[in-house]
Amino acid sequence: MSLQTHAWPSTYGAESRPRVGFFTDTSICIGCKACEVACKEWNQIPMSIQGFTGKSLDNTVDLGANTWRHVAFVEQSLPADARDNGGDLVRAAQAGAAIDAGVQTYQEGDGFRWLMASDVCKHCTHAACLDVCPTGALFRTEFGTVVVQEDVCNGCGYCVPACPFGVLDQREGDGRVWKCTLCYDRLKDDQEPACAQACPTNSIQFGELGELRERAEHRLAKLQDAGQDKAQLYLADDEDGIGGGGAFFLLLDDPEVYGLPPDPVDTRRDVGEIWAAAGVAAVALGGAIAAAVFGGRR
Amino acid sequence: MTSEPGRENDARRRLIDQAGPDQALGAEVRSYHGQPVIKEPVWTWEIPMYFYTGGLAGASAGLALLSEVQGNDVLARRAWAVASAGIMVSPALLTSDLGRPARFLNMLRMFKVTSPMSVGSWILTLSGAATTVGAANSLLGLFPRLGRVAKPAAALLGLPLSTYTGALLANTAVPVWHEARWELPLVFASGAALSAGALSVIATPPPAAGPARRLALGGAVAELGLNEAMKKRLGPHGDPYRDGQGSAFGNLSRIGVATGAAVLAWQGQRSRLGAALGGTLLSAGAAAARWSIFRAGFTSASDPQYVVGPQRAGIERGTRRGAARTQARVAEPDDRAGSALTAGR
Repeated sequence: MSLQTHAWPSTYGAESRPRVGFFTDTSICIGCKACEVACKEWNQIPMSIQGFTGKSLDNTVDLGANTWRHVAFVEQSLPADARDNGGDLVRAAQAGAAIDAGVQTYQEGDGFRWLMASDVCKHCTHAACLDVCPTGALFRTEFGTVVVQEDVCNGCGYCVPACPFGVLDQREGDGRVWKCTLCYDRLKDDQEPACAQACPTNSIQFGELGELRERAEHRLAKLQDAGQDKAQLYLADDEDGIGGGGAFFLLLDDPEVYGLPPDPVDTRRDVGEIWAAAGVAAVALGGAIAAAVFGGRR
Repeated sequence: MTSEPGRENDARRRLIDQAGPDQALGAEVRSYHGQPVIKEPVWTWEIPMYFYTGGLAGASAGLALLSEVQGNDVLARRAWAVASAGIMVSPALLTSDLGRPARFLNMLRMFKVTSPMSVGSWILTLSGAATTVGAANSLLGLFPRLGRVAKPAAALLGLPLSTYTGALLANTAVPVWHEARWELPLVFASGAALSAGALSVIATPPPAAGPARRLALGGAVAELGLNEAMKKRLGPHGDPYRDGQGSAFGNLSRIGVATGAAVLAWQGQRSRLGAALGGTLLSAGAAAARWSIFRAGFTSASDPQYVVGPQRAGIERGTRRGAARTQARVAEPDDRAGSALTAGR
């Protein structure tokens, strides 16, 4: 499998380090939010809005300038006689298979289940934020991750609507954009990122990307074997719209249920077409002006 | 962003219907508590205003140069004045929108073709210098030799200056912009032609304003037609133009452009007042069109149905690959990966 990006490892030569990332196995997330807290503390991120959203146990809501880890809470009630996967889930649980497979998110009995998932910047192989950044504040590190240089960013905001996952945002009162750095400072000291270290169930696994992907395949096979037939690997392939994520996920339902786009695409894929259209339009405008000036009666 | 639930359901229904009968039975687009999937832009009013002033400056420089070549100095001088006004306001608007305005020069740290904003910053910088010199030469007689180079440069750079902004919006994850990547630059070019023509019509005595009038009228027809074509081709992606500010300012724009064009065509040649009225209406219509496109992007980004719906529908139809798969690429589950605590580091 190729895990190479446009700038890694080619531009780093001998300084390049193995590409690292996160494998987030949501089937063993218990929703403790230790990752959110550890991330805030280590990276000294300002307080986010405090309050009760009414959206299950999620009062963090989304990723943004002041939230670099976000634990999603989904409550699903699946009647036992449902013709779709709900019935299978209940049956699998009754057989104890899901529990043997280590699925922590299931509550037995009435077909009610929790889905919990810790979301983070995907550190895309083809990162739209990095491609559109006009100042070069966003860059690819020697670990293959994507980081914003806070001393360069001028807060133009282009990366905000360019990210297909809605990860980046401008910090109020500061003006610059902020996001997960995959703990660049800790990586440089051979430490794992704060969220992964704090995760008590190892739902957030940090490591070399190739090895993580291999581990994830076995985990997916195991869950499928245990009857979790909606279990799916998300952003684990080079062929997807972002060339695979540096952070990827094992989900128990479709991505959109967790607030993730089912088919994210790096806008760079279409940048040739986009420039062609701008060129055609520029020529047409020139023609229109010439026609208006020279085309008229005296 | 409030919208009537009836209309919202219609929109959702259209997205689902596109996916074919199987998906249509499957009720609604699923989402996480209705939360947006992508972020709304953080750009404020300066950006659509700049779309207007940048296009105005760009197309005016072209009109000015060609009028000068044709020997119509009355029109040329006024078009240079319009171009220089537009090009001077533009960087101020853009800088004011930055989160860190003092760092505006960081825009010129590099040149990146994957970033229309980077390319545009260079176009604006060069075009700004050329237009300023050209206008100073035409209006004040300064820089007689430099002016001969600066004027054609300003006219040429003005063309991409008027259209790269469409590329800038298209090169995002916002569906209503990204899916209109072929139309947006053309729409912006029409708006530039229309506003450049309109402002010169206002400033120029009718006998000399023929080219400006034709440019304004041609731009008006193109703007109206291309906007409709864009919305038609967008299909369900274009729903943000049928609701909220995208729709309201779209309607204002159509009224302004259509009545302005009518007044200009009818009275523009005869009466200075008629020309001024028509030009003002046209110009306001062009500005409202920029605002409509700008706001439609916010609607498109803030509702997960616009982001998830077409992606999911494409996956169901087999036209999109999707980023998730349920098939493992290993045959056997590995027991070492079976337990949470043994899968570790």
